[in-house]
Amino acid sequence: MYNFEFAKPSSVADAVAALGDEDAQALGGGQTLIPTLKQRLASPTKLVSLKGISEMQGVCTGDDGALCIGGATSHATVAAEAGAYPALASTAAHIGDPAVRNRGTIGGSLANNDPSACYPAAALGSGATIVTNSREIAADDYFQGMFTTALDEGEIITEVRFPVPEAANYQKFVQPASRFALVGVFVAKYADGVRVAITGASNDGVFRWAEAEAALSANFSANAIDGLSLSGDDMINDLHGTGAYRAHLCAVMTKRAVAAAS
Amino acid sequence: MPKDGGIGASSKRREDVRFLTGVGNYTDDINLHGQAHVFFLRSDVAHGTLTSVDTSAAEGMPGVVKVFTGADFEGVGSIPCGWQVTDKHGEPMQEPAHPVLAQGKVRHVGEPIAAVVAETLAQARDAAEAINVDIAELPAVVDMKDALKDGATKVHDDLNNNLCYDWGFVEENKAATDKAFEDAAHVTTLELINNRLVANPMEPRVAVGDYARGTDEHTLYTTSQNPHVIRLLMGAFVLGIPEHKLRVVAPDVGGGFGTKIFHYQEEAFCTFAAKACNRPVKWTSSRSEAFISDAHGRDHVTKIELALDADNNFTALRTETHANMGAYLSTFAPSVPTWLHGTLMAGNYKTPLIYVNVKAVFTNTVPVDAYRGAGRPEATFQLERVVDKAARELGVDPIALRRQNFITEFPYATPVAVEYDTGDYHATMDKLEEMGDFAGFAARRAESEKNGKLRGLGVNCYIEACGIAPSNLVGQLGARAGLYESATVRVNATGGLVVMTGSHSHGQGHETSFAQVVAEMIGIDESMIEIVHGDTSKVPMGMGTYGSRSIAVGGSAMVRATEKIINKAKKIASHLLEASETDIELKDGAFSVAGTDKSVAWGDVTLAAYVPHNYPLEDIEPGLEETAFYDPSNFTYPSGAYACEVEVDPDTGKVSIERFAAADDFGNIINPMIVTGQVHGGLAQGIGQALLENCAYDENGQLLSASYMDYAMPRADDLPMFSVDHSCQTPCTHNPLGVKGCGEAGAIGSPPAVVNAVVDALQSAGKDVTHVDMPLSPDRVWAAMNG
Ligand SMILES: Cc1cc2nc3c(=O)[nH]c(=O)nc-3n(C[C@H](O)[C@H](O)[C@H](O)COP(=O)(O)OP(=O)(O)OC[C@H]3O[C@@H](n4cnc5c(N)ncnc54)[C@H](O)[C@@H]3O)c2cc1C
Repeated sequence: MYNFEFAKPSSVADAVAALGDEDAQALGGGQTLIPTLKQRLASPTKLVSLKGISEMQGVCTGDDGALCIGGATSHATVAAEAGAYPALASTAAHIGDPAVRNRGTIGGSLANNDPSACYPAAALGSGATIVTNSREIAADDYFQGMFTTALDEGEIITEVRFPVPEAANYQKFVQPASRFALVGVFVAKYADGVRVAITGASNDGVFRWAEAEAALSANFSANAIDGLSLSGDDMINDLHGTGAYRAHLCAVMTKRAVAAAS
Repeated sequence: MPKDGGIGASSKRREDVRFLTGVGNYTDDINLHGQAHVFFLRSDVAHGTLTSVDTSAAEGMPGVVKVFTGADFEGVGSIPCGWQVTDKHGEPMQEPAHPVLAQGKVRHVGEPIAAVVAETLAQARDAAEAINVDIAELPAVVDMKDALKDGATKVHDDLNNNLCYDWGFVEENKAATDKAFEDAAHVTTLELINNRLVANPMEPRVAVGDYARGTDEHTLYTTSQNPHVIRLLMGAFVLGIPEHKLRVVAPDVGGGFGTKIFHYQEEAFCTFAAKACNRPVKWTSSRSEAFISDAHGRDHVTKIELALDADNNFTALRTETHANMGAYLSTFAPSVPTWLHGTLMAGNYKTPLIYVNVKAVFTNTVPVDAYRGAGRPEATFQLERVVDKAARELGVDPIALRRQNFITEFPYATPVAVEYDTGDYHATMDKLEEMGDFAGFAARRAESEKNGKLRGLGVNCYIEACGIAPSNLVGQLGARAGLYESATVRVNATGGLVVMTGSHSHGQGHETSFAQVVAEMIGIDESMIEIVHGDTSKVPMGMGTYGSRSIAVGGSAMVRATEKIINKAKKIASHLLEASETDIELKDGAFSVAGTDKSVAWGDVTLAAYVPHNYPLEDIEPGLEETAFYDPSNFTYPSGAYACEVEVDPDTGKVSIERFAAADDFGNIINPMIVTGQVHGGLAQGIGQALLENCAYDENGQLLSASYMDYAMPRADDLPMFSVDHSCQTPCTHNPLGVKGCGEAGAIGSPPAVVNAVVDALQSAGKDVTHVDMPLSPDRVWAAMNG
């Protein structure tokens, strides 16, 4: 770790101001950023903790019925308090271990956009809205490839709004070492159609599986996936699985998610 | 009736009180006055010529005490190898120099190039970043078979090639073995990989060097399984410090699993730098450093063939193994694929002819050495896999085929140079059949099928050699050390005992089980006995803990020393009781005269030894302290039979272990609870190897699994509840306690059971799969099913 300044503002406005300094960086739960700093792979001059901002904490229901989660809300809080959206609560409950869930935040996870992370699948699969200090970004516009998002420098995720579906489920097939998703599939059925978002598989990060969505929108049953497949050519190929294996898992996990959706 | 103390009692581990309440004293807990910190600048390329190491900028950085490079170690010795193997032509192995800091070349990712000693670790690290290193990269030698091709890049320019040795065993058996294969009714062949592993003890390695200018004395605190061995190797071969000027302390050590046996550069560096800087120098490995600097384990590529006659009797066994040594020879590396592996190839079977060939190969990877089981897991895995494959090819029951070929008469001299003293392989197999409820397997398989899962049952046996080892024998085999153990028993005036043992405890519970033995012998309470280990200034001599040798060798030395104490105490008692020494009996902590009610308590005798007012001073010296060295006359041979039941998810290839049973014969048992714990831990590591752990390099010699993000350690929820039994006991015939050792059995016996079970599951679904290489990760199992 290199030395850095530390700020813990209590309002979004102060956080934005603090992040105005050159090489300042937001700190959520630190579950990704702190290990990066320990390995000296990043050298921010200042860390601005978002954990002291009460307006970024907690779970509530918006006027339109969407579940609204403060950007600095921990995975453990979502697991415990997002009962209105059980698939989302269960997704949060299966991220990492208790220490990670007690520290890690939804804003940090979405800002980081790890290609194997769980929340990106939930957000894209739910057609969530990413609310920042300056604008609202639709999930479909937000995720732009591995570790890449629509966020500008210094922009803070203050809230994430999840429309609550009729039925949904997240199936996570874990990578044996990290227990991130080797492949994770989030399926959500809304009145106007089904969304299927897949994490862990693609070299381009989280993505929607259009064919599966079309098939499931017509017939929301596991059989609807029969015969559908994704190509493994552009999928992640590493120690834990080839692209072809991941492509195969995408279909298996999609079916299981549909079968388990509630 | 379970005993509540002494031999056979499940006494609670007394050391756990300090471990579990955070008051253990680990090496990293040691902070000396004026201590500086070292950071090692390590190579990030696998192979290259060091064209320059410019430290000038670093030297002026804040807090820097001194910057060291290979040049500072030119007059210093090479990190020695403790075992010289002779090849099949009678030539000694090729043995490269192993510098403390890289000299001229780097040979693996992680090799230390320079070291900065500074006031704080952060300052040392800052300065290390300012060192300018130029490396002219060379092609990395990674694949063992490529490494042996003509014209392959050499890891060591001054050696002939990358072949450390080509070992044949028993060379005289080769022609007869080959002939037996020509005459065989059936031959089963299997090619397999014993996957490379990273030991990953919970506590990383730490070294603190200290130097007292006034007395010219060096002290090294280190995370070692054998402080005396480090003192000998480092003092005599690397730094030229005589043993009386060098103290090595290995205090509480948080797991070793083999990787803390070896003498490492960082230990020599901290000892050397403490004198050069005239202040204590401390290094604590990060987990990232551990992955690229702790010796790795296993990494064998093997072809094994089993010949059978028309009645399914094993007639011959032939193997060809490539064993990875890594870039340098770690302390015991050459012995692992040879004497700890070839000698075990008979397994539990009376195969008359065996020929083992091992080619040990240098590559641009971290050195490979002993890891829990060391050689015996590699032997057991290939043998038990090929026997299982043979049973499937012949369509016979795998247990029946094993039983038919079991050794049943003891002592049994194998064709691979060792003599098993005792064993009863049918007994452990009988026990296993009972524990495993094999009769219920068909119903459990049907139940799994209903849930869309494939169920498989895998069974195997194992034999291993523990209690390493007779010094005269290992001397002939190339060991550069003796493998006895020592113990000193010091009785205090008020009757309490301190036992100083050369065995080192780093999780095994010696402080509890060793005390139980002495308590039993004297008939006193365990709480009167203190076990001291891990400090060369306290313990006379010790070869340390590995190869499940502690109770068999260290325990035997302790028994011998305690016997001497008892003999002397009887003399004193006979004087006090005015009786003949031959009439004195020791029972329940009191000496009595046989056939009378005259007796004297243990404490009265010990007091007399130190306050010798009424004492036979003309016949014996005052005091009560004895030392014994014990050199075993043979290895010990624990054995057992293991069964694993798995479920395979055919859609994903994921394997889950549903049942695991282990029936072991460890001879006599001192503390059943500790033995069960040792088996549990061994099973976790063996199952870890079979299902999860994979130390993988890419073709450039970069470690792909260099952190827990990619290296999968077994976790509690990867494992079933184990069913463990050690009631089958054929006591060792040649040590005083009749004990065999239990530390490695679980890791040795379990990998083949897991793989046998998965192959059984896949074949039950009609898949033509005869083998899957470990770890049986979901992608590999799925690929095998869909191959
Ligand atoms: C052992 C372990 C296991 C894990 N397992 C999983 C898993 O199974 N699934 C999974 O999805 N994740 C997993 N994670 C990651 C975890 O969920 C992290 O919490 C998450 O990736 C980052 O969140 P954080 O709050 O800790 O962010 P930080 O580490 O603090 O920050 C990460 C990045 O986001 C930025 N940032 C933080 N908050 C905001 C914000 N509100 N607005 C804008 N930018 C912000 C930071 O500047 C930084 O660049 C695991 C992590 C660990 C250590």
